[in-house]
Amino acid sequence: MAKAKITFEDIEQTVNVPAGTRVIEVSEKIGAGIIYGCREGDCGTCMMHVEEGWNNLTEPSVLEEKVLKENMAGRHDRLACQAQIIGDCKVKPA
Amino acid sequence: MSTDIDVSKHRHAVEFADGVYWIGALDPSLRVFDIILTTANGTTYNSYLVRGSDGVAVIDTVKENYSGEFFARLESVVDYSEIKVIVLNHLEPDHSGALPELMRRAPQAHLYISQRATSMLKALLNADEDLQYTTVKTGDSVSLGDRTLSFLHTPFLHWPDTQCTYLEEEGVLFSGDVFGCHYCDKRLFNDLVGDFRFSFDYYYAHIMRPFKKHVLDALKLIEPLQLKQIAPTHGPILRERPRRYVTHYRELSTSALTRGIGEQDRSMIVFYMSSYGNTARMAEAISEGASRLDGVRVSLYDLQGGETEPFVDLIEEADALLFGSPTINGDAVKPVWDLLSSLAVVNLKGKLGAAFGSYGWSGEAVRMIEDRMRGLKMQIPVQGYRLKLIPTEEELEDCRSFGKKIAEVLVGKPQEKDVIDFADLA
Repeated sequence: MAKAKITFEDIEQTVNVPAGTRVIEVSEKIGAGIIYGCREGDCGTCMMHVEEGWNNLTEPSVLEEKVLKENMAGRHDRLACQAQIIGDCKVKPA
Repeated sequence: MSTDIDVSKHRHAVEFADGVYWIGALDPSLRVFDIILTTANGTTYNSYLVRGSDGVAVIDTVKENYSGEFFARLESVVDYSEIKVIVLNHLEPDHSGALPELMRRAPQAHLYISQRATSMLKALLNADEDLQYTTVKTGDSVSLGDRTLSFLHTPFLHWPDTQCTYLEEEGVLFSGDVFGCHYCDKRLFNDLVGDFRFSFDYYYAHIMRPFKKHVLDALKLIEPLQLKQIAPTHGPILRERPRRYVTHYRELSTSALTRGIGEQDRSMIVFYMSSYGNTARMAEAISEGASRLDGVRVSLYDLQGGETEPFVDLIEEADALLFGSPTINGDAVKPVWDLLSSLAVVNLKGKLGAAFGSYGWSGEAVRMIEDRMRGLKMQIPVQGYRLKLIPTEEELEDCRSFGKKIAEVLVGKPQEKDVIDFADLA
């Protein structure tokens, strides 16, 4: 299975993951600082900033785009409960 | 100044500045608000109306079952066709309950809310995308002809959507829940009602305290205003010396005691419970290890010897929290859960957490405490440390290293970390 590396900049930890893993699955286990509310892409609590590898996450869905807009997301912000890792990337809490 | 006000005897609007009216409702029998707050004499749902030369604005509404009183007071001063603007400073149901009916009766009125309120509005109204509204932020305003309502973006007081609205010409701040309290008095104004200081502080402690940082941000916007009156959504209208309450909010949001440690120092608190002294010995060794680092001040507390409330105060001011618990019948012990379930009134986001404990058979407590701390939005940088029964000298040295490692993260000392494989994560 294809692998990818995700780095959580706030705790300076890199994890090797199978491609397709959602950021939430890794960040909670590793104790990174991204925090979660509803865990289903509705509340916007888990907004994270993608420092590197913006294109190595799956494209945001229409619903995620809407929640990002409502929560005044900045450029390269994503919801950690929605984004799936498909290549190397670096993220931190937004 | 009127001294004979009794709004329980009539259903008219009460004018408290030129063309500015209270059109709210009294709820004197309420004893528990939103599950978490007790209220010894009920509350009020304050709604306001501002008349300008070019239309009328309604600011906030009331809880749905108090709509009758609200509409009666509104109708005493205005025809629905005159309403041009509806402002909702906060969409919680006790302020938005009468909104759907108000929008039905005044279909021409335009709604002004904060950006973060949009998803809540749609959920409240079960409305589709066609809903018409304007989102506003600090610097935006809406004209009523000879008077202007301007908006202050004051999020998280106490919901993400909250904002304040200011009527400059009259110096009235419609503050939403900020400066409010659950206190029901038919005399309506702070200089006439009974002693509501307890209710004011109690409301702050339960509603605003977790958001102190946001209170301080909001005060930066509010303090420069010319304030003649503050009109909150609950409790008395603050017309006599309103600035007193602003100053009080600043005091309440600023740390009451300096922590007695250096400005640069970080504070770590180690809480523990121990049945046979083993978890206690671990706690001591962890504290000893953490104390080896300059810039970390460690406090060690046996949960058996204290009460929840002062511990909550300590936790609010701490940078790192460690919990030690034995495992009894597959669970952490009750005093640990009591404390960990009493923290809704403080902001824990980003604090470091760690768990440890001695166990006899299965040792689930450590993982359970870690999960709870994650749920409280804390960071768990070092995996918890547990050992079977009596710590050996070697294990105590491990405890010291464990404490030191957390302390290193606390002072920002870079950790040497290997890349972890996802499959190896617990």
